[in-house]
Amino acid sequence: MSAFLLVVRRDLRLALRQGSDAALVLAFFVLAVVLFPLGVGPEPELLARIAAGVLWVMALLASLLSLDRLFQADYEDGSLEALLLSPLSLGALVLAKSLAHWLATGLPLLLLAPLLALLLQLDGDGFLPLALGMLLGTPTLSLIGAVGAALALGARRAGVLLSLLVLPLYIPVLIFGVAAVDQAVAGSASRPHLLMLGALLLGALALAPWAAAAALRPALE
Amino acid sequence: MHRFANPARFLRLADRLIPWCAALTLASLAVGLYGALVLAPPDYQQGEAVRIMFVHVPAAWMASAVYVLMAVASAVALIWRHPLADIAARAAAPLGAGFTLLCLVTGSLWGKPMWGTWWVWDARLTSVLVLFFLYLGYIALVNAFDDPVRGARAGAVLALVGIVNLPIIKFSVDWWNTLHQPASVFRLGGPTIDASMLWPLLTMALAFTLYFATLLLLRMRGMLHAARVRARQQAEEAGDIEASPLGLYP
Repeated sequence: MSAFLLVVRRDLRLALRQGSDAALVLAFFVLAVVLFPLGVGPEPELLARIAAGVLWVMALLASLLSLDRLFQADYEDGSLEALLLSPLSLGALVLAKSLAHWLATGLPLLLLAPLLALLLQLDGDGFLPLALGMLLGTPTLSLIGAVGAALALGARRAGVLLSLLVLPLYIPVLIFGVAAVDQAVAGSASRPHLLMLGALLLGALALAPWAAAAALRPALE
Repeated sequence: MHRFANPARFLRLADRLIPWCAALTLASLAVGLYGALVLAPPDYQQGEAVRIMFVHVPAAWMASAVYVLMAVASAVALIWRHPLADIAARAAAPLGAGFTLLCLVTGSLWGKPMWGTWWVWDARLTSVLVLFFLYLGYIALVNAFDDPVRGARAGAVLALVGIVNLPIIKFSVDWWNTLHQPASVFRLGGPTIDASMLWPLLTMALAFTLYFATLLLLRMRGMLHAARVRARQQAEEAGDIEASPLGLYP
């Protein structure tokens, strides 16, 4: 247990030490969301209709930005191989790194999203499903992203390749996350969609560390 | 399975099988197309446009089946390190992507007269589009590494991760309200499609399968020969063997 927490603390400390990396991701999120009212016009009804989709898609893209550094930095200076020697299994290591990634990137995104929803004139009923959906969805994004980062480790053009690999797998999270908000705004229940997001999170928790570990092993041989 | 792990034995088998597969492909394609375009009756509602089904549906079946083949080959490669399994998966990927694209395009051409739209974002079409992107991602990943073995291993993991999409595609028409019609052939309770349309459909599916088998064997043979040429070139550069005159290799 303590080895797990040590890895989480190490990654968090590294992320905070280079605080500009995490801040860049958040700045991209804010800027990209702000582009939409400037692009489609400031009509409140139109913005309210697209708010959920814009926020979720931008959260997806923003979380993609920080993913290629997840294993790359440790791989380059050899600390990934050193971490293999710890009592932590490769799957647990992936889980620890994903948790640290979520704490450094996903959690700030989740906290910023309601503020940006104000800018996009989201209907009041949509705020709670948005926050809950992102709370359930952003860890899933970190976990699926970890699989992609492990697959693309050491590849040419790893950043773009990562997007191509990971975005199709993100689509279910996007669909249910947006549906939860849209259903709440329309007056029907968002709970089924939030439950599906929870199911996706549980599935990712069970399967993603295993898949990422299988993808990391050829890179470390 | 391990009998065919020897590339030389596989190449001899492939050389014998390819002409037969090609001939059977042409024969079943001829029979299937004749049945589809001439013998099968026009639909009472859709008229002659229903004949797109005889290309669209076999292409869709192949798109999913090839992905399953890729996933099984990837599992075999990862678990048993079978030397030809990686090559089979890499050879199958562009073929599967081609079938998926054919399915999407013919579906779109069929949708315009039938539904009035080229595209709709329902569960079936969206999940097949995701399948297409999974194929493209696999091809990109396998080609993104300088070391082909590393690329093959990474691709194997990706193919297995993407298998979750297959049940979603199959059952999407049951789980969601979709514009795409529900299953008429592979369903509990047997096919609901009339026999006069069923047999050309199955013949076309057979033709597509044989076509895929022919192309798969051709591609695998080509990839194995390319690997041999590469190995020889590397051995020459290392000075282990002399360069062959005229650059020819036995």
